[in-house]
Amino acid sequence: MPSFSHFLHTFISSKDLFIDAALLTLKLTVVSILIGILFGLFFALLKISRIKVLEYISNAYVFLVRGTPLIVQIFILYFGFSGIFLIPDFWAAALALAFHNGAYIAEIFRGTIQSIDKGQMEAARSLGMTRILAMRRIILPQAFKRALPPLGNQFIIGLKDSSLAAFISMNELFNVSTTLGSNNFDEMTYLLIVAVYYLVLVAVLTMLVSLFEKRLAVSDR
Amino acid sequence: MNDREMIKIENLHKSYGSLHVLKDINMSVYESEVVCLVGASGSGKSTLLRCLNFLEKRQGGRISIRGEEISPETHNINSVRQTVGMVFQHFNLFPHKTVLENVIEAPTMVKKIPKDQAIAEAKELLQKVGLLDKANVYPSKLSGGQKQRVAIARSLAMKPDIMLFDEPTSALDPQLVGEVLATMKELADEGMTMVVVTHEMGFAREVADWIVFMDDGRIIERNRPNDFFDHPKEQRTQEFLQATMLK
Ligand SMILES: Nc1ncnc2c1ncn2[C@@H]1O[C@H](COP(=O)(O)OP(=O)(O)OP(=O)(O)O)[C@@H](O)[C@H]1O
Ligand SMILES: [Mg+2]
Repeated sequence: MPSFSHFLHTFISSKDLFIDAALLTLKLTVVSILIGILFGLFFALLKISRIKVLEYISNAYVFLVRGTPLIVQIFILYFGFSGIFLIPDFWAAALALAFHNGAYIAEIFRGTIQSIDKGQMEAARSLGMTRILAMRRIILPQAFKRALPPLGNQFIIGLKDSSLAAFISMNELFNVSTTLGSNNFDEMTYLLIVAVYYLVLVAVLTMLVSLFEKRLAVSDR
Repeated sequence: MNDREMIKIENLHKSYGSLHVLKDINMSVYESEVVCLVGASGSGKSTLLRCLNFLEKRQGGRISIRGEEISPETHNINSVRQTVGMVFQHFNLFPHKTVLENVIEAPTMVKKIPKDQAIAEAKELLQKVGLLDKANVYPSKLSGGQKQRVAIARSLAMKPDIMLFDEPTSALDPQLVGEVLATMKELADEGMTMVVVTHEMGFAREVADWIVFMDDGRIIERNRPNDFFDHPKEQRTQEFLQATMLK
């Protein structure tokens, strides 16, 4: 174990590199979660469409993502795609993570959409709204709100999962820590440092999510 | 009374799987009439009401609204629903919208009425049900009785010709029942055609033009309120009334 003063000293002297890496990690996470939300919403709607073929497609997607390790998905999308068209590394990583997160987010949305009281759809339909309009105006806003805590959780999982992008040489947090560690023959110190960065990011995100939840909860008070 | 036939049900059958819930229902409701549906739990009252609003698919029979037969294949159910309002036992207000937003939602989104006009009309309706001061409040802040009055205003905002009520006061604390019944009575006095499923026998006797008693998926007796309560024709009606009075 490194001494505390050594840790502190290394922490300070490496901060510029780590802050850049943290920003990349955040960017990767935010982009992949946002795209993942679109994927998730799309596949959740397929799942509840009551059209068998679409349900199967949605099930297959969730099955594929859940049934294979993320690192395999990242490699397949990265090497698979870069063989076909030129796609910047950042987008290859972001899309792979989005594809992965999307399946979990689809399950989150499906659950919260189905958790909305059936009476809401009936009331909307009895007022002459179509199913699609009722979904958009009545069900989804409520389902989104309920999805927020699990989405926040998925965001945190996604943040940590983004470390796997190191293996397609993204200079995000984990990659920077292992590179610096082996260059300086000091792996443990840099691993501890990167753990602190992850902890701080997760703590900040947790706070933001709960703030956001409180704002959305206005109508429940 | 007017003799324009607003609702005509002929030979209606409804099953859930192998459970035969409505058995050959025949019934007409004329303009400005108030019909109260009564009967034991599970007798099919809600199901009948839901068939009238096409929330349930029927297995057989015909339903006509204002002389026009409605079949799911040939009609735009959504436009029919605009003329038939429905009020539910559990209110089903939209919790993410304020009282005013609840009321203007369907007029603006379905009928595409300009927002300021919809707001003006909504405020009139809220005034009518005595809740104008709650316009900008979320439903979670309202009492049950207030919620139900908002739900009535929300339905009326679509200017329906017919209003269906499914046990509108059953989920309310006893002291809140009166305000909702008063709103409904006012509506009846204005000439609204209404079908009301209720356990409030006092209301039924005072406001209804007809009482329809259902048992085990069939209409057993249709009678004028005073005759229904004082001289019921059918044995089963007498038993039902006795059981209800004992409660
Ligand atoms: N969605 C459903 N699926 C299966 N069976 C149902 C469904 N809805 C109602 N039923 C059954 O249909 C029968 C009639 O139900 P309905 O709700 O119409 O009765 P009700 O007269 O309104 O009773 P209550 O006074 O308790 O509201 C009951 O046996 C009920 O269990
Ligand atoms: Mg019922």
